[in-house]
Amino acid sequence: MQIDEGAAVGTSAPSKAVRDFEAGLVRRKVLVYVCQLAFGVFFLAFWQWASGRLIDPFFVSSPSAVFGKIYTWLLNGELVRHLSITLYATAIGFLIGSAIGFALGLLFGKFAFLAEVLDPYITALYSIPKLALAPLFIIWFGIGIESKIAVSASIVFFVVFLNTFSGVREVNPIYIHATQIMGASQWGVMRTVIIPSATAWVITGLKVSVPYALVGTVIGEFMSANRGIGFIIAQATGLFDTNSVFAGILILAVVGAIINGLLKVTEGWLLRWRS
Amino acid sequence: MPEAAIRIEQVDKRYVGRGREVVALDHVSLTIEEGEFVAFVGPSGCGKSTLLNMIAGIIPMTSGEIVHEGRQVASINRRVGYLTQADSVLPWRTVERNISLPLEYRGVPSTERQKRVEEMLALVDLRGFGKAFPKELSGGMRKRVALAQMLAYEPKTLLMDEPFGALDAQLKLVMQQQLLRIWQEHKKTIVFVTHDLAEAIALASRVVVFSGRPGRIKYIEQIDIPYPRDVFKVRFLPQFEAAYDNLWRELSPEIAKGEDL
Repeated sequence: MQIDEGAAVGTSAPSKAVRDFEAGLVRRKVLVYVCQLAFGVFFLAFWQWASGRLIDPFFVSSPSAVFGKIYTWLLNGELVRHLSITLYATAIGFLIGSAIGFALGLLFGKFAFLAEVLDPYITALYSIPKLALAPLFIIWFGIGIESKIAVSASIVFFVVFLNTFSGVREVNPIYIHATQIMGASQWGVMRTVIIPSATAWVITGLKVSVPYALVGTVIGEFMSANRGIGFIIAQATGLFDTNSVFAGILILAVVGAIINGLLKVTEGWLLRWRS
Repeated sequence: MPEAAIRIEQVDKRYVGRGREVVALDHVSLTIEEGEFVAFVGPSGCGKSTLLNMIAGIIPMTSGEIVHEGRQVASINRRVGYLTQADSVLPWRTVERNISLPLEYRGVPSTERQKRVEEMLALVDLRGFGKAFPKELSGGMRKRVALAQMLAYEPKTLLMDEPFGALDAQLKLVMQQQLLRIWQEHKKTIVFVTHDLAEAIALASRVVVFSGRPGRIKYIEQIDIPYPRDVFKVRFLPQFEAAYDNLWRELSPEIAKGEDL
């Protein structure tokens, strides 16, 4: 949005046309929310109806059974116990992976020669399905939380690293020259130009990698663990307890959606300077 | 005799590429006195921007030397202000945080920074816009932010590379007038690169014409129109016309030469 020379930022009261236009936007937004809610209700209702009528509940469970299961877990503390460990591993893995990825991304972006030398190795490492490393991490770090952290960190690392790297290379050299002449030191340029300029890329990387971090943790828990949502799902699968499997999946879906929503808000705030 | 603001001595610039060597500047010498307003004009690729960038220390020279305020320019020159056609205002910082940027780099305490930012906003007529992000401003306003940012740390020498090139004709006049006022009130030395002959004559006390490749100084015209000038009315003065004639006579064959290449 551009404002004409002389016109101050939002001074006079909006005209009727502007108010009508804004009211229209609000109405549309409300309509979207209502339809989203309606779709969810319809889906659950159909699932409930179909379960036992069209398909055996043994395979697809049913919303009432699933919510009942979650309610039971909530009451007996199982939900908090397992969810907290999964979230904790995800968060720590995410923090470690993104911190290392960000730092190395800056370093490689700054030293083009180093980046060129290591490029084929990075591409090769990147091509490895990170989940294939999970068994190795279990050998190295044991079946405790450390191996799950390692899996999710290794996934997050690459996404953030590659995004930061691209972000640093995309920095407009005009900004670098201009700030150097204004008196910026190497660190000054890094702090005031390179890092903020790369933020858009890094945020995108972070947004993409959070669900991956969750996936990494849960896969780790599938393979070997004694706690966590992934563990619940794996254990229930072994017992053909589809109610618990669906309950676990639903919890993961909700958690993923919440995390993504939070990231979107953060992104909007951090990138508020963009059009 | 006091040291000149900028002394350019036998400066040479050759670009070496794959299988060829281009001479951008060929033994250029020029002395710019303190408080002068010098404009560089010439065909595209004549090396006028290259020379400006060498005074700023962004581009190294092949041989020769440039002495600015008594010191030889060997790396980034932090004692100049630098403004180009490109939008160099940082989009992720608000107007006031952009203007205070050079002060931040210089370790000026924050209360003093705030005071200085207010002064600068007043100087470029942007009071009340301190909290706005650059995207909320027009092109002309962003240019004024860049100007304020450059003036905030009080460099005595301003290097400007077609700073108003992207602005529309009317806005350009307004900015030119503002620049002249600042130049006179704050006693700056200005080196101003432009391809607009009228702009060069309206602003500068001396206009330097560069020849096409290899870049050399071909001709220098002293503009005898007294300051303060009105950038719009100055066009109708006989001295303006005479200067325009002289400069165009020198410049036009260079431009034609460039077209033949």
